[in-house]
Amino acid sequence: MSDRTDKIREVARKWLADGTVEAVVGWERGTYGEKCSPVLVRTPEDTDRLLFNDRCTNNLMTYLKRDPVRSMEKVGIVAKGCDIKSLIGLLQESQVEREKVMVLAVTCEGVKTADGTVPVKCRACDVKTPAFFDEIVGDKVASSPDSEARFKDLEKLDAMTPAERNRFWRKELDKCIRCYACRQACPLCICSRCIAEKNQPQWVETSPHPRGNFSWNMIRAYHLAGRCVECEACETACPVNIPLMLLNRAMARTVKGAFDYEAGKDPEVQPPLRTFNLDDDNSFIL
Amino acid sequence: MSESPQSERQKDGAGRPEAATSWEPRIVAFICNWCTYTGADLAGTSRMKYPPFVRVIKIPCTGRFDPLFMIKAFERGADGVLVSGCHPGDCHYTAGNYNARRKYTVFKSLLETMGMDMDRVWFSWISASEGGKWVDTIRKFTEVIREKGPFREYREMIDVG
Repeated sequence: MSDRTDKIREVARKWLADGTVEAVVGWERGTYGEKCSPVLVRTPEDTDRLLFNDRCTNNLMTYLKRDPVRSMEKVGIVAKGCDIKSLIGLLQESQVEREKVMVLAVTCEGVKTADGTVPVKCRACDVKTPAFFDEIVGDKVASSPDSEARFKDLEKLDAMTPAERNRFWRKELDKCIRCYACRQACPLCICSRCIAEKNQPQWVETSPHPRGNFSWNMIRAYHLAGRCVECEACETACPVNIPLMLLNRAMARTVKGAFDYEAGKDPEVQPPLRTFNLDDDNSFIL
Repeated sequence: MSESPQSERQKDGAGRPEAATSWEPRIVAFICNWCTYTGADLAGTSRMKYPPFVRVIKIPCTGRFDPLFMIKAFERGADGVLVSGCHPGDCHYTAGNYNARRKYTVFKSLLETMGMDMDRVWFSWISASEGGKWVDTIRKFTEVIREKGPFREYREMIDVG
């Protein structure tokens, strides 16, 4: 791991020194414990702050939607394979120009959550050695995705009756405090003006009441259907631990089943809700 | 939309179905301008009779349908929502309904995941010449909703607190 840290610093220093990029987004040591936080490095001297270890959970691609980074001529970004999937999503939707981003990919054995467990995304990971980058550091890591892991958690939802499922979600969404951390952390929630903030007409009630909570979480999941790359940033960011990935993965499973599509694979492919097939499922329409 | 949702719900009594002496189904239909709306119009000019509990909202095309419409309808007290437009291949805008069909598939699955009562959400294709199909659909839908009664699960949630 530490040798990856050295190489990240080396590449970042080179890019900043020769003016390839205006800044590099990476991880640095957090303020307590082993946690890492995102950092924006602007000078070659500052690159010593960069590091990589198994606590670098943040998906830094979310900074590509922030105005200060957007206005840069060119930005370097340190990314794990899973993070690069979100960049592919952004490229598919023309949200980012490829020439404006330098991807410093890092091979990854998997990260750990705050409580030390291995997240589902790492167990199901098929991009331990990224294939889409400008520069890559770290030794090759073979991916051995556990194909069961990805949709395993959905089984408990599937086993419930609709009424039970409804009760389950009402209980979970009751916790929501509408901080929108899920939206801010998400690299693909890109609207500069979110539907939740529109008030004329107001589509989603803003107070943390079950009424608005239900609408908000439903529409968040819907807007990410077929786009979510399952980086788990929303669920990690959620301060009240709503299992948001259950919704996102349910959507991913539907999109995979109905349209044979997986997000974050190929920047040239049309996203599923932007296209159609003449022989899409019609069985549920009268 | 200038009034708060609370006062508006009180005004039309949507949030308080129990207060009404006799409950009738409250169905909201989002229908496309070119086919289903014209079909419904045909039913009218042909003097066909069907239950009057459907609130029709005209949209230019099913491609315009946004799942938020449905959420909002339920939030404001609908017991059932129907979305209807031109048959595949007949879209006035060539492909609006094909795009809509993908949206339905995804949104329907989301509603199922959230445990919504799927008998209250209907999709159909009704052409401008199918006045009869419109009448049948509304009749059947009204019957189903009448049997199920008010959408209490959702009302409980929106009226709490």
